[in-house]
Amino acid sequence: MAELVAVIASTHHPFYYRASTATGEDRPPFADEWVRKVEAFRETLTKARPDVLVMVGSDHFHQLWLDNMPQFLVGKAPFYDANWYNEEREFGLPRMFFTGQEDLSAYILREGLDAGFDLAFSNELRIDHSITCPIITLRPQNDLPIVPVYTNIFAPPLPQPKRFVQLGRTIRELVESWPADKRVAVIGTGHLSLELGGPRQFGPHGPDPEFDRKAVEWISSGDIEGCLSEVTLDSLHLPGNATHGFMDFMLMMGVAGEGAKADYVDTYDLFHTMEAYFTWYPNGGVA
Amino acid sequence: MSKYLLNKFLFTVDRDPELVERYREDPRGTVEWWEADYANRLLSCHGGEASTWLRFEDAEREALAGHDYPRLFELGAHPFLTLTLFIAMFERDHEPMGFQTEYARRLAHMTMPYPDIAT
Repeated sequence: MAELVAVIASTHHPFYYRASTATGEDRPPFADEWVRKVEAFRETLTKARPDVLVMVGSDHFHQLWLDNMPQFLVGKAPFYDANWYNEEREFGLPRMFFTGQEDLSAYILREGLDAGFDLAFSNELRIDHSITCPIITLRPQNDLPIVPVYTNIFAPPLPQPKRFVQLGRTIRELVESWPADKRVAVIGTGHLSLELGGPRQFGPHGPDPEFDRKAVEWISSGDIEGCLSEVTLDSLHLPGNATHGFMDFMLMMGVAGEGAKADYVDTYDLFHTMEAYFTWYPNGGVA
Repeated sequence: MSKYLLNKFLFTVDRDPELVERYREDPRGTVEWWEADYANRLLSCHGGEASTWLRFEDAEREALAGHDYPRLFELGAHPFLTLTLFIAMFERDHEPMGFQTEYARRLAHMTMPYPDIAT
């Protein structure tokens, strides 16, 4: 059976690539500390020596559109092109290219359907910054095959928060029952409080530092029950109009498990948003 | 209300570099052309299978023709689509992050709950 060697939850700040590669006058004052934190976070994945990455993210109206909108979608393709014209334009992100792990994609689709998730699939998926950003931060050599999993945190009606947690639990069960001698890491990205296109956007901090504090506590302590008792589709509007991306953190809490304390926690308070980085080692440490 | 069509305009223009420039330079003409020629296109399908029923309401057409992004927010257009396209058109005219902060200031009158964006 495959082994789940790391569970990683992160924000996916699209400006990291530009900030970390800028030099001279173009380099923002917060870049050096940001790079230091990301490189320390990267080490938590490197130490786990994964063979395969399951990448959970959310399409930002790139390939998935309102005429045909899936709630949860698994990519099943031998390769994936990545990043889109408007991400190059706005964030300076590079074009990227990934190899797919089709056997695990097929396994997650078949077994996920049988476990009660009516997963959509795609055989030709161009992925976006919700998945490329964590590759840039955590695995810049981009040398491992991936299984992309997209969630709808963007176009209401959305699935309930508990459904994200349940999907996370199911992904863990499926990874651990996959009959392959592989070391698998599950990496998912979302947001803490975030506002985009509204009056609270691009402030000196995230739009709701108190929500961020509670969110970091829920995640780092594995307090799924406490989180589910306070977070609803309605409540997520309050910290910022793009905060439904927090549900991908909830999905990752489902992967990590109830009460699972994160082995690594770091945050970075930037203008506009709080960065947050979490790693769990499900089997009690890095072998 | 045709929030879906507002979003379809923002979505299809944002992903086409030529349309981004055309909408920046000639918003009313671009909106009129788009509603006549593009609004009913079923994306990824040939023209013979276009839809037949999509049109803007007057307030929506005026908001798009006026580059009136606060009004688009009030009408329930998806804020991410609006923000992304308007950054593409107007960030270049401002100091770094200047357009984004002006955008927030022009929406400062909006209070919770924000307009519903469900389509």
